[in-house]
Order: sequence, then C-alpha cells, then structure tokens
Amino acid sequence: MASTEEIRSGLAEIVNEIAGVPAADVQLDKSFTEDLDIDSLSMVEVVVAAEEKFDVKIPDDEVKNLATVGDAVAYIEKARA
Amino acid sequence: MTDSHARVVVTGLGATTPVGGDVATTWDGFCAGRSGVKALTDDWAAALPVQIAASVAVEPSEVLPRVQARRLDRSAQFALIAAREAWADAGFALSDEGQTDVDSARLGVVCGSGIGGVTTLLSNYDQLRDNGPRRVSPLAIPMLMPNSPAAHIGLDLRARAGVHTPVSACASGAEALSYGLEMIRNGRADVVVCGGTEAAIHPLPLAAFANMMALSKRNDEPERASRPYDKGRDGFVLGEGAGMVVLESAEYAAARGARVYAEFAGAGISADAHHIAQPDPDGNGAIAAMRAALRDGGLTAGDIRHINAHATSTPVGDIAEAVAIRAALGPAAADVAVSSTKSMIGHLLGGAGAVEAIATILAVYDRIAPPTINVDDFDDEIELDVVRHEPRQLGDGEIAALNNSFGFGGHNVALAIRSA
Repeated sequence: MASTEEIRSGLAEIVNEIAGVPAADVQLDKSFTEDLDIDSLSMVEVVVAAEEKFDVKIPDDEVKNLATVGDAVAYIEKARA
Repeated sequence: MTDSHARVVVTGLGATTPVGGDVATTWDGFCAGRSGVKALTDDWAAALPVQIAASVAVEPSEVLPRVQARRLDRSAQFALIAAREAWADAGFALSDEGQTDVDSARLGVVCGSGIGGVTTLLSNYDQLRDNGPRRVSPLAIPMLMPNSPAAHIGLDLRARAGVHTPVSACASGAEALSYGLEMIRNGRADVVVCGGTEAAIHPLPLAAFANMMALSKRNDEPERASRPYDKGRDGFVLGEGAGMVVLESAEYAAARGARVYAEFAGAGISADAHHIAQPDPDGNGAIAAMRAALRDGGLTAGDIRHINAHATSTPVGDIAEAVAIRAALGPAAADVAVSSTKSMIGHLLGGAGAVEAIATILAVYDRIAPPTINVDDFDDEIELDVVRHEPRQLGDGEIAALNNSFGFGGHNVALAIRSA
C-alpha cells in the first residue's frame, strides 16, 4: 500500500515528464492549471499516465474535480483502497 | 511607371537537413559535395527492399527543450528549428514571450508539408492496436495535422496576418514560398516566414514509395544512391528536414537596414492534368511554370545563369524536366549551370522546395552553383550543362536563377531569384 507521499512523489514524476514542471513544485496544495500551468490536454496525459502507474481508473467525468495535486492523490488513494 | 506589385526580398534563412543542422553547415556541405545518405540500421529496415535514407544531421532533441519537443511531431520540430534560425538570421529577436520586432498583424507564416505528421499518426495507431484507445495521445490530432508546423511557428512568433499550409506533395515547400510572396505583394503582410518540412522516414512511407518503384535500391552504396542525371540512376532517396526563409517587402527591409540575400523576383505555378503520379513526358506543365516564373519576375531566359532542378534521380523524371528546361528557356538553356542538390540530401518531399530555394538563394548571393554528385556516367539524353562533382562560379553582374519543384498530383512550381 503506497503512502500519500509515495503517490504525490509518483505523480510529481509524471508531471515533470509531461510538462517539465520541477518535481519539487508538485505539492499537495498546488492547482494543476493555476500553479503548474498544465493545460487540459496535458491533464489528460497526466491522468492516463497515473492510471498506468498506480493501476487505477480515473473516469473522464472525475478529471474536472481534480483541481489540485492533493485532489488527485486523494482520488488515487481512495481508488486503491 | 505603374507600381504593379511590391518587390519582395529574402532577408533570413534557416534549415535543418541531412548534411547540416543549420544553413551554414548545409551550404558548406552542398558546396563540398557531401552526401547525407546513410544505411538504415533500425531493426525495422531489415525487411524492407529499400534500406537507405537521408536523416537529419542533427537530431531535434539536441536543439529543442525536451517538454516542447514531446508535444511536436518530428516535422514540426524541424520546421520550428529552421524558422527560429531564419528569424534570428534576419536580425530579429525572439524571447519566451514571442517577438516584438514586427507588428504581429503584419506578420505571416506559410509552411508546407507533403504528408504531415505521419509518424505521430502511425505511433498512435500502434498504441491503439496494442494498448487500447485510452493510450491514444490527446495531443495526437494537434501533432499530426499537416498545418501543425505552420501553426507552431505562428504561435512562436505571434504571427497574426495569416498562417497557411499549402499541400502539394513534393512541391509544397516551393508553393509555400510563392504563397508568402503573394501575401506581401497583395498587402496582407510586411514580413512572412515561409518554407516547408517533412519527417517521413518510417517503414510505411518507405514501403509505399518503394512499391511505387520510386526509390533507389542501391542499398550497398548509400552515398552513391542519389545520382540525378547519371545513367545508373534508379530512383530517389527519401530524406527529411526543413527549410524556412524570411521574406519582406523591399521597402520594409530597406527601412530597417536589413541584409538582403536576394530578390524573390517571381513564381510560376501550373498543374499537369496528366497523371496522379507520373510526370507529363512532354513537360508542358513544367514549361508553363518556368515561363510563368520568368514573366512574373520580369526576366528573360537569357537572365538565368543557374537552375536548382527538381531532378530527383528517377529515370523518367530527370529527362522530362531536362526537356522542359530546354523548351522553356530555348537556346539560352545551353548557358545555364544546372544542379541537383538532391544528389546529396535525397528528396525531402514537402521540405525539398524550401531547402532547394535556400540553395538557389545562396547560389545567387555567393555566385556559386553547388555540384551534383555521383554523375559518374552522364546520361547524354540530358541535354543540359550539369554542374558535376565540383561547384562552379556564376560570374559577375546581375544574375538570376530558377528553382523547380514538382509534386505527385501534377503540381509544378518554379521560383525565380534575382541578385539584389
């Protein structure tokens, strides 16, 4: 069972790979669009990569609710529980 | 005197080609007769009848930031690299916020492509087939659409006078230059960044061109495979890369004291209406395009000292063009130094017309015709003065040159360049 920090860190790697944002900037309180400058297409890439990495399903309808890195980490934690 | 149309000049050049990652290296390579054709060492090449190609000398990943590169099809990567070089070469600045040297509303972009983002399309199909629809990239469409290179250059430079993508197979790059010329002449723009790009070295296009009997199968001698005008020529070599030029109205260039390479005197366009993939053996379309370019540029056949020919190294095409050049220029054709730079970089498809226009512009600027390499056994059916093996000086005074591009579909474009 991955910890919250392990999921955040894994997500940070994905965001760095896709959008070039330094992994250290990908913190729980950060907004994907406002703080990390992730556009809607890159967000889809992040979601698909996260599904693969954490072996979860994140339906398209849920993506709009994942405003912050913390939202995404919480969703992934719940989906894996 | 009537002011029929604005004079247009070339002030910036950019390219990434199989012999160089920029214009200076490419032009040195041309004048030195260096070949960029190599054996394909990828595993997928083993099953193909054609195992040679001319890949770019400098991988775009060495030039572009990683995150930007992954959002661009390879053809757009080439085009953006070439456009930025041309922009800087023209003396303009560019920052992360774009550019402020030229009014965005008066700046246009035209970038042609023959096939568009074909490797993006095919790699996403591989994902779809192997891993399902969820793995198809949300960026696939903006990456594979043929206007993507032009659009990305337009975004980079904040160009708002119009961003266009002529698609006419192997004439696309030349058609883009003629479109840029028209944008300035008809008053839509003061400055246009225009050219062409292609990145299609992949087993599917290679197999398809090979099955058309269009490609050289000289797998054992890659550097000798592209041999326009040689009796042993057996098809073209697929190349990749991009060329972009900065065009401006002569008035705009003079006002800012820009260095001028040459005047873009005119362009001629025609269509064969003969066959989807074979040249018209009478060359009527090619003749019409060359005559139109001369007329448009206010030139006569006697003004032409050099032609950068389409000459792809196919048995039929090289002769058809030679016949057309003789018909278009008449007796003056005998005094024209004809070169095929495809002998060195292969055929860049949608990038060809633009890279070869740059070679033509530099030939006029430096007064030197680059050589055609590999013409070891000259085909005497070619009744032209072909510049073989070594470059040739073009002499003093006012000189002009033509650059021909012909595309599957019967598209013919001739560009006329005059010394400034």
